[in-house]
Amino acid sequence: MNARDVFKPFLMRIEQVTEEAPDVRTLRLVFQNEDEGRGFIFRTGQFGEYSVFGEGECTFCIASSPTRQGYIECTFRKAGRVTSALAALETNEIVGFRGPYGNVFPIDQWQGKNLLFIAGGIALPPMRSVIWNVLDLRDRYRDVTIVYGARTVADLVYKRELQEWAGRDDVKLVTTVDPGGETPDWQGEIGFVPAVLDKLAPASHDTVAVVCGPPVMIKFTFPVLARLGFAPGDIYTTLENRMKCGVGKCGRCNTGKYFVCKDGPVFTFAQLQEMPQEY
Amino acid sequence: MSALQEKARELLASAAVQVVIGYGRGSGGAARAVFIREATKAGDLVFDGTCLQNLAVYLMKPEVRKLGKAALVVRPATLRTILQLAAENQIAENSLLALVPSAEEIVLLATFAAIEAHVAALDSDLSTAEKAELQRFTALGLDERRRFWEEQFSRCLKCYACRAACPLCYCTRCTVECNQPQWIPVPAHDLGNLEWNVMRAMHLAGRCVNCGDCSRACPVGIPLYLLNQKLVSDVFTGFNSRSGISARSDNALSTFKPNDPEDFIR
Amino acid sequence: MESEKRSIGREALAELISQWRSAGKRVLAPKRSGDKVDFAWVASLEEISLDHVQTVQSPKAALFPRVEELFSFRSADGRVEVRERDLGALPETVVFGLRPCDAAAFTALKAIFNWDSPDSLFSARLARTTLVAVACSSADEYCFCTSVGGGPGAIAGSDILLTDLGDGDFLAEIVSEKGRLMLQGAEALFRPGAGREKERCLARVEKAFDLEKVDPGLARRFDDDAFWAGQSLRCLGCGACAYVCPTCACFDIQDEGGITGKRLRCWDSCGFGLFTLHTSGHNPRPLQSQRWRQRLMHKFSYMPERQGVLGCVGCGRCSRACPVDMNILEHIRAIAEARP
Repeated sequence: MNARDVFKPFLMRIEQVTEEAPDVRTLRLVFQNEDEGRGFIFRTGQFGEYSVFGEGECTFCIASSPTRQGYIECTFRKAGRVTSALAALETNEIVGFRGPYGNVFPIDQWQGKNLLFIAGGIALPPMRSVIWNVLDLRDRYRDVTIVYGARTVADLVYKRELQEWAGRDDVKLVTTVDPGGETPDWQGEIGFVPAVLDKLAPASHDTVAVVCGPPVMIKFTFPVLARLGFAPGDIYTTLENRMKCGVGKCGRCNTGKYFVCKDGPVFTFAQLQEMPQEY
Repeated sequence: MSALQEKARELLASAAVQVVIGYGRGSGGAARAVFIREATKAGDLVFDGTCLQNLAVYLMKPEVRKLGKAALVVRPATLRTILQLAAENQIAENSLLALVPSAEEIVLLATFAAIEAHVAALDSDLSTAEKAELQRFTALGLDERRRFWEEQFSRCLKCYACRAACPLCYCTRCTVECNQPQWIPVPAHDLGNLEWNVMRAMHLAGRCVNCGDCSRACPVGIPLYLLNQKLVSDVFTGFNSRSGISARSDNALSTFKPNDPEDFIR
Repeated sequence: MESEKRSIGREALAELISQWRSAGKRVLAPKRSGDKVDFAWVASLEEISLDHVQTVQSPKAALFPRVEELFSFRSADGRVEVRERDLGALPETVVFGLRPCDAAAFTALKAIFNWDSPDSLFSARLARTTLVAVACSSADEYCFCTSVGGGPGAIAGSDILLTDLGDGDFLAEIVSEKGRLMLQGAEALFRPGAGREKERCLARVEKAFDLEKVDPGLARRFDDDAFWAGQSLRCLGCGACAYVCPTCACFDIQDEGGITGKRLRCWDSCGFGLFTLHTSGHNPRPLQSQRWRQRLMHKFSYMPERQGVLGCVGCGRCSRACPVDMNILEHIRAIAEARP
């Protein structure tokens, strides 16, 4: 039995802490054991179990791109027991990480296509990994459009990166905040993501859409995409079911015949249509 | 057709209620809860010595509440549960009818006042046999009692059948599920089991009506009723208070009175 | 499946168990306490109940304890040390007197825990555990092994199956290599078993439904909310069914301790309302009817499709343990018999 125990986490040192929004932080983690770090490979879309020893584990996608090597990042909102403990940690402290788990965004299949990324609120992190991944391989893809909304201007995460994307001429970025969430100097759109998308009306021809957001945003975004002519198989999302083990055993993320941790977290809308509405 | 079945049929046919929650025949000769929604199904109701479950537990279940106004087939402890739930503002006046089965006729209690009057005529004290068992138990030394409970709780699976069967355990998020901080350990190890069972007993102190459903529900047979009966007895001795006899009564352990005899609280 | 047959007398069986104990093996077996029979660690055959129909709990705890340490840790002064379990120190265990349905259930547990990424703790326990089952001479109305591919004298899953022949002897069928190794050095306790027939000593368990019709029946009923609400209205949403079930394996992971502590795995159940609750407050299965449907779908549809094994062995424990008589046989039969 030489295989690494599936429940034994890697020890990771917090290299950098970034405040993204109220109660939202990004941790940059590096492997304490450099050999483990060298052997670690992940692909965009995958997730892991992050732990604070004594508090427990928490599931987040890896928010950094595999093209940026030597570290992984996670972005989370302080909400429960583990995220509160994670939020209290500072640079150089140690956390646990198990992963990478789950399937990936099939970015190789997307080569030569237009990409439309639609995200809401705290769901930008899974998208951020894939966005940077394709931007780091920019010449393989055609138009890249990002639609991102949050409740308020303060709730927009990755503000520095949003600025960077806004400044690039090979990315079209549309940001929006819910009505009432704007500041006096807000330059972006005002309105919910599905409505903004409807107004933007991006072409669906030869285009893949990736949607990440709270269940209610996803629910109202799919019909808009359908109206715009996107086929269910060309719309991708990543599910965020509650998980404990991450490796298909604990039963928590079982949705229909699928285990989100193993068959997902990345699913097409075509797959979601065949699943029970239990996500 | 029995008097109970006839009354249920009548209530459903006249749309006085939308559902009759009663007992039907179950597996192994036991009775089980049934939810009769059509007058023609009233014949499924039974009432005999096998009908033990405190059906008031279903008054707190969202799926059952959605069915509409209910008539509930009750035993004495069920009536006291209804009053206790009313006292805790969990059920509203006129939201249900209580059907008290007896050999001759079915007594229908439509108001909390009617239930209070009916309960007042019953003996709400522990039975002589219960008192005798409790007496034997409390006569044991502290170490012996501790060993007894350690052995009993060592078998606890934390399946929460006791909690689920209890009509007064209606919190949507139980203390054991509150984790900031984690008051009660989740795992079913010795400490987790001790803290869980003691916490549950204490949260029911002065509220429990001694229906016995927690003990009947426990798959491994832990005599939880002993804890509850001890607390029923202590609350009566200490506060002259009984649960489930009034729709407006104050719980002994969650009510402050300016004339409280204890010093520490003033 | 071919098995080697021998016979063993009651006294020799008692001797065999005491030899296992002397060799340092733990013996988990049914033991009567009051009006209940349940698995317990025993020292001798005298302590073991053989005349009951079924134990309250299954023997799954031998491989999947209700609480177990995954690893321990020490976290201080900016350093964390993780100490793995010493799997070599896990005790050798004999599960004795489990029923053929329970032995079959271990096949389902193996399929869950070793799906894709092997679970080292489970596998290490499994490697050190031998299953000596005892065939059923009696059954009750909750038993339905024959409807889900098993039988009161089925050998599949057991390392050794004993059948009480009613004349003071047990027929011992040695099913696996592990079973054969288990009896090495104890050959003198046995006599040849050729010609000894067990069939007349077995309980009769009539087939109660057609398994082939269950999965299509579930698929047909899936969106019929009223049907599931009707079946589950009296369900209280506790975990008794899952915790006594020999194949239910849902678990939680919990940390305990501060500077030094443990990461623990403990039983959990898909029947609990908070099982799937997101931190955001969103709950994918907010209704008990959905959770009841999940229980049946998982056992009779998802597991066969994904893990290639049925998630129910017909032991009837969930029905016996249910505080409100959610009889699984009755419900599955209703699903199998539902007209298309």
